[in-house]
Amino acid sequence: MSTANYYVPAQSRWPIFASLALFMLALGAGTLINGLRTDSGGVGLVILLSGALLMGLILVGWFGNVIKESRTGLYSEQMDRSFRWGMMWFIFSEVMFFAAFFGTLFYVRTLAVPWLGGEGEKGVSNMLWQGFQAQWPLMTTPDMEQFPGPQAIIEPWHLPLLNTVLLISSSFTVTIAHHALKADRRPRVVLWLAATIGLGAAFLLFQVMEYIEAYQEMGLTLHAGIYGATFFVLTGFHGLHVTLGTLMLSIIWLRVLKGHFEPDNHFGFEAVAWYWHFVDVVWIGLFLFVYIL
Amino acid sequence: MTTLHQSVKQTEQHGPATGLTRWLYTTNHKDIGTLYLWFSFIMFLTGGCMALMIRAELFQPGLQLIDPEFFNQMTTMHGLIMVFGAVMPAFVGLANWMVPMMVGAPDMALPRMNNWSFWILPFAFGLMLSTLFMEGGAPNFGWTFYAPLSTTYAPPSVTFFIFAVHMMGISSIMGAINIIATILNLRAPGMTMMKLPLFVWTWLITAFLLIAVMPVLAGVVTMMLMDIHFGTSFFNAAGGGDPVLFQHVFWFFGHPEVYIMILPAFGIVSEIIPTFARKRLFGYASMVYATASIAFLSFIVWAHHMFTVGLPLAGELFFMFATMLIAVPTGVKVFNWVATMFHGSLTFETPMLFALAFVVLFTIGGFSGLMLAIAPADFQYHDTYFVVAHFHYVLVPGAIFAIMAGAYYWLPKWTGHYYNERLGRWHFWLSFIGVNITFFPMHFIGLAGMPRRIPDYALQFADFNMVASIGAFIFGFSQLLFLYIVIATIRGGEKAGDKVWEQPTGLEWTLPSPAPYHTFAEPPEVK
Amino acid sequence: MRVSALPLLLAVAGGVPAARADWSLNMTPGVTEISQAVFDLHMTIFWICVAIGVVVFGVMLWSIFHHRKSKGAQAKHFHENTLVEIIWTVIPFVILIGMAVPATATLIKMYDKSEADLDIQVTGYQWKWRYQYLGEDIDFFSNLSTPREQISNDSEKGENYLLEVDNPLVIPADKKVRFLITSNDVIHSWWVPAFAVKKDAVPGFINEAWTRVPKPGIYRGQCAELCGVDHGFMPVVVEVKPQAEYEQWLADVRAAKAEQAAAAQQEISFDELMAQGEQVYNRACAACHQVTGEGLPNVFPALKGSAMVLQDMAGHIDIVLNGKSGTAMQAFRDQLSAVELAAVITYERNAWGNDTGEMVSPAEISQRTAASATE
Ligand code: HEA
Ligand code: HEA
Ligand code: HEC
Ligand code: CUA
Ligand SMILES: [Cu+2]
Repeated sequence: MSTANYYVPAQSRWPIFASLALFMLALGAGTLINGLRTDSGGVGLVILLSGALLMGLILVGWFGNVIKESRTGLYSEQMDRSFRWGMMWFIFSEVMFFAAFFGTLFYVRTLAVPWLGGEGEKGVSNMLWQGFQAQWPLMTTPDMEQFPGPQAIIEPWHLPLLNTVLLISSSFTVTIAHHALKADRRPRVVLWLAATIGLGAAFLLFQVMEYIEAYQEMGLTLHAGIYGATFFVLTGFHGLHVTLGTLMLSIIWLRVLKGHFEPDNHFGFEAVAWYWHFVDVVWIGLFLFVYIL
Repeated sequence: MTTLHQSVKQTEQHGPATGLTRWLYTTNHKDIGTLYLWFSFIMFLTGGCMALMIRAELFQPGLQLIDPEFFNQMTTMHGLIMVFGAVMPAFVGLANWMVPMMVGAPDMALPRMNNWSFWILPFAFGLMLSTLFMEGGAPNFGWTFYAPLSTTYAPPSVTFFIFAVHMMGISSIMGAINIIATILNLRAPGMTMMKLPLFVWTWLITAFLLIAVMPVLAGVVTMMLMDIHFGTSFFNAAGGGDPVLFQHVFWFFGHPEVYIMILPAFGIVSEIIPTFARKRLFGYASMVYATASIAFLSFIVWAHHMFTVGLPLAGELFFMFATMLIAVPTGVKVFNWVATMFHGSLTFETPMLFALAFVVLFTIGGFSGLMLAIAPADFQYHDTYFVVAHFHYVLVPGAIFAIMAGAYYWLPKWTGHYYNERLGRWHFWLSFIGVNITFFPMHFIGLAGMPRRIPDYALQFADFNMVASIGAFIFGFSQLLFLYIVIATIRGGEKAGDKVWEQPTGLEWTLPSPAPYHTFAEPPEVK
Repeated sequence: MRVSALPLLLAVAGGVPAARADWSLNMTPGVTEISQAVFDLHMTIFWICVAIGVVVFGVMLWSIFHHRKSKGAQAKHFHENTLVEIIWTVIPFVILIGMAVPATATLIKMYDKSEADLDIQVTGYQWKWRYQYLGEDIDFFSNLSTPREQISNDSEKGENYLLEVDNPLVIPADKKVRFLITSNDVIHSWWVPAFAVKKDAVPGFINEAWTRVPKPGIYRGQCAELCGVDHGFMPVVVEVKPQAEYEQWLADVRAAKAEQAAAAQQEISFDELMAQGEQVYNRACAACHQVTGEGLPNVFPALKGSAMVLQDMAGHIDIVLNGKSGTAMQAFRDQLSAVELAAVITYERNAWGNDTGEMVSPAEISQRTAASATE
């Protein structure tokens, strides 16, 4: 590994095409969503999928480049630190993204819903929603015609508890894998990483089951007023992050199988592990504030 | 001088590619900086043309040129383009150019991602501007896009607007990560944190703000998207949500955002004033702490934009006090600049003129900000032209003047040529006079009660609106002079030496002018 | 020459209070105790800022004049002084406390909503205000009354251009009036500068504000929150009357209402309906559906040639009476009288080439509104 020079890559065509792909994703998604009402989103879907495909190819190519450069020893320790800072701040940005939704949850629970129900400093608002009472979870919305509240909500001590156990265990398994990598015990790495991926996948499976139950049996939908809205936006974005994390773990796993990473140099592995822990921590917040409290 | 030598050698080996691909595929911080700056200037003209349309319609009472629907689209687009398209990219461009040179780095920390951050922008703004041609028209709900006007009542193009905002967010976050990583990781040996030039310091803190708040903006537009298309009720009381919730989340982003647009300006001015006062910056450490305090406070003052939405009394008081506090660290900065000039040996080249105008006019804008912070008085000021006057004072002779100052200051370093000083001064004076004619009268019409975002107004506001419109055209067209000066400087002009100015400090002045394509291949030693 | 604009600017700034009484340069002192307090607060902060400005810019100008290189000034080399840093941190802080104290006092007074003599619910609609006197059966809408020709510059603009309405809010003098402010669609903001009352009208929530106006008179303001195309065209006009006149007004309004109800029972000819319908349409509907009936593509549907207007009479009446929730199309049943409703619907079914020849009578409308009211 060279330490002398900071590696400045030569020209690269990935970024401009990645921008194009992002543009196609945005344009496609916009056209698709706008077309939903009039059933004219077909073009949108085509653009969206092409964008996704292009983006997929680019990511493979781009990361492929980075991996190759790393493995040919172009990166110095300093470069490694840049990646670390980059990943750390990226995760921080994700934290803030979730913070927006947690903030929303707190606001509606402690302010908006009580006001609508006639409590607190803006309680007069209840004049507009006579008969509406503040409660959380919000089963009866102010306007049940427009937003029929849920009939039931997810019981925290079944699937969610199981999912909590799964996700927390997966944080342990990934750490075990990490230690194994540092000790250069490859088979163990493969095993424990696989376990992590399995746990992540199981989590996702249960999450999907939970959603199906919510939609089909509980009337707990996006449309079920603010409880449903906050529930799905928080768990949904978390679920998306778990999906992404599982995908990244799988890639790392494949790379381990291919013999990538060294005991003292495996930033790709660590970055994904960090990300996984972050997803885990968000879940604990969710479990606490969305399901239990 | 070994650094110099090596850098020059590097250029010979490994100069820029030629043709279009140089710009499309580049990983070079200077190229990317240049792209950012040109993009920003184009956006400035675009947003400026929209402002001129607004001002033309407001030249006289009555509806003359554009109908109210289009007027609202112009107001919205003008605000969005100036904020996200002109000011922010300009600062990122300056950071790209200067941060590596100032900290003694070979390039930005993550050069490919750097290119990506830039190239997302033209696409994002392409998408946003294309809404102007969509059926139902472009976003027409103001740059603050309050729900439910921007959700239930919005034109269909709002969907594209939302995705465009997502793209800008991604770009800004990646750009900010890159800048932070560069500053934290690529400093030359001996360049301790407390030796960083102030421009670098202010950008470090700005980047932190960006990473903290852009995701929140992404979150709020996502909630909008879901309210519009997926049946949620975040901003709808019928389902237990609250339209005001939108404003809380928006301003949690929005207020730090306005400091994102001013902190780098503080940095630039803190570079320029010492150079032309030929005296070290007064109170370096306190400048750093003041910047950090402003950033910290910026997270707990957001609801001063919402004094009239019906906040509980305690909230009203808290946000009033917290907002007023910002005057303290900002004051420290202003006093330090003045103290730097005091007993200096001043000259008044164009960058200095812009910097001086910045100090005075920004402070005037700050004063009106402080007046707005007084909640009971804000009941009268809110959503009038007094607010418009306030934020244009901090943004135009604030942010924009600082960017101009920076451009003149570093142009010789970038191009190797001096700009034409006489024309530069013309540009300054036209801008200075134009800006004041445009925005000063807005204080009066605002206090007299003219609401903002209206295409037509009562007769008592007529005179000053006319004055403001005239000023806007003077100011606007003077910017074409700037364009000319920059192009002329790129093409030729008196050769600039390494130091460019008499006594500048900082590593960038140890490089030749124009700065070599690759900056510090071998890190310089900082004593 | 270089700095000559600065003193000029300051002089202009200083000119603001010189025109103290002139409403076109400075904030209005208003007519209530609160608005006076706000005005005083405004002037106090303003003068403090001017004073600080004079000191700061003064030192700066002094340096610019005396410490310029062309005059041979040599730079001194001080660049740090903890004591002055502390001083200029503490002094502004103290000044701020000085500002915060009266501001807090005023704010607390503004928030004292207790013991009102009269409660009025103010509801913002795209682009008009509705005033409901709680406990009295008084409920009416207040629309901009400036003629379109003035706005399009086809006729001379009147004195109260854009600040005049058909039905102003009327309140008694010297009584504490509490406003319960809300909205039917988007956020508006109800603002009367002379009372220093500005409160957002948020759909689904109610905000409270109050005023006590000692002086009878007419006070004008505007909607102060962007609320769509005609945000610039939804003024607020408040008429403050002495108690006796106020009561007379209450009686008049009630009488007019009874008269209207009677009119609804009378037969009215097609031509009369069309004539009145055109007026109502241009006043209440054209803002969205346009005078030509062509609407704005994708935002406001065209009524000209609309399937509903041409074929579906029941649907047509229903949407005009009850609006469509979640869209800009609002319920007009309370905004327009039965005659007006009948007229506008008839008009729409026969104007712009929609020649259905059908007409709706006021009696039909009354029946329907009565029927749905008992549901
Ligand atoms: C660069 C951007 C920028 C900056 C730096 C600021 C700076 C400040 N702003 Fe401004 N502001 C905006 C951009 C900015 N603002 C924008 C865009 C809006 C409108 C958004 C919209 O609605 O569209 C807005 C609106 C806005 C409002 C809402 C008004 C309303 O809608 O009703 C308020 C209210 O408190 C406010 C306050 C302040 C304050 C207290 C500062 C302070 O930071 C100023 C501090 C500086 C000084 C005070 C001067 C120097 C200090 C001294 C010399 C020390 C001594 C002074 C004293 C003790 C007084 N701003
Ligand atoms: C940094 C930000 C920034 C900048 C630089 C400006 C610059 C200007 N702004 Fe803007 N403004 C905002 C940010 C900014 N503004 C925001 C955030 C809002 C609030 C929006 C909202 O309410 O939602 C606003 C709103 C706003 C309004 C209120 C609109 C309303 O309430 O309806 C007005 C009205 O006068 C105005 C005017 C101007 C003018 C005259 C300029 C001038 O400085 C512009 C100078 C003009 C030019 C630079 C044009 C140059 C071009 C040419 C001369 C033509 C040449 C053409 C080619 C070569 C193609 N602005
Ligand atoms: C603030 C804007 C606004 C005003 C004012 C307004 N409308 Fe509408 N109108 C709408 C919108 C938006 C729709 C479309 C609703 C929907 O999505 O179906 C609509 C739909 C209609 C329709 C149904 C058209 C169709 O083909 O489906 C009729 C009829 C109608 N309006 C009549 C009126 C009348 C009569 C008035 C005045 C008394 C009026 N509108 C005032 C916004 C408005
Ligand atoms: Cu109603 Cu603006
Ligand atoms: Cu702010």
